[in-house]
Amino acid sequence: MSPELAEIWVYLAASPLAALTVTLAAWLAGLRLHAAAQRSALVNPVLVAALLLVALLLVSGIEYRAYFEGAQFVHFLLGPATVALAVPLVRQWRLLMASGPALAIALVTGSVFASASAVAIGWAFGADPAVLATLAPKATTTPVAMGIAEQIGGIPSLTAVVVILSGIAGAALGPMLLTLLRVQDWRARGFAVGLAAHGIGTARAISVNETAGAFAALAMGLNALATALLLPLVWALAMP
Amino acid sequence: MIAALTLLLACQLVGEVTARALGLPLPGPVLGMILLAAGLLARGGDPPPELAAVADGLLRNLGLLFVPAAVGVVLHLDLLARAAAPIALAVLAGTLAAIGFTGLVTARLLRAWSSRDVA
Repeated sequence: MSPELAEIWVYLAASPLAALTVTLAAWLAGLRLHAAAQRSALVNPVLVAALLLVALLLVSGIEYRAYFEGAQFVHFLLGPATVALAVPLVRQWRLLMASGPALAIALVTGSVFASASAVAIGWAFGADPAVLATLAPKATTTPVAMGIAEQIGGIPSLTAVVVILSGIAGAALGPMLLTLLRVQDWRARGFAVGLAAHGIGTARAISVNETAGAFAALAMGLNALATALLLPLVWALAMP
Repeated sequence: MIAALTLLLACQLVGEVTARALGLPLPGPVLGMILLAAGLLARGGDPPPELAAVADGLLRNLGLLFVPAAVGVVLHLDLLARAAAPIALAVLAGTLAAIGFTGLVTARLLRAWSSRDVA
């Protein structure tokens, strides 16, 4: 490397500019590809962007820690974005209250089932405790799942990947399964997809039916809350 | 816009401090979300337009905010490979089982609840 190039490299490595730029560029590429694939849930923009950036890091030999130094400014916004979920929740408050008790029971049973089935499958196939703690909160939206995983001894960055893959699986295959099971009520279809496949499932539900979309957003927010409240307590009791 | 962002950050800050001070099993931002929702409901429900615009803008780009953390998989490729079977099965079978179960339970409960209303 010539002295001039080395100087530029030192500047780029020390500033968040490069990491922020490639993160936004990869996200734009993900959005473009998603649109080109007729907004198919299988071509998820988060997955595309992450794959592009992982490939970039592996090819260039840049360490993840160095990349995250810059990308943390995007990552930081997950906090305020989670707080912002209060806005859609409050907007749908009346809708929620109209069938409150039914949804409350559906929420708790669904939330427990989602965590328990993930842990049971992981355990049956010999996953170690750190992987089980990573899988347990996978139905919730990423910032919440990562927070819970960190708290109960999981691996937050692996949780983010597991959550995103669960969202894609649920959004792409869930509606077909619900049709097979003859669940025709749009409220129930949306609630199920939002609870088990968080934001990616919710985005899918909104594009199909407005009522399903509203109930998916509701289930996503409420399951984040229910899992964050229940899972660390249950985990502390079950895994002393 | 700055006022709305300040409100979101303030709710998160109060959430983080409260969660730590009381040792609550909740991430700070989730507690902040509850605080904000409670506050909005207390003052009548409708989010002020400025807050709604900032919240909708953030939530429209929620996917982007996941990207830096998702790239972190690069640190765990060996672990992902070692536990590939349990992770793949928990993701696929676990998620679909949860959707099927929740869909059936929710449909049944909503039917029971609305027929109770009619009766």
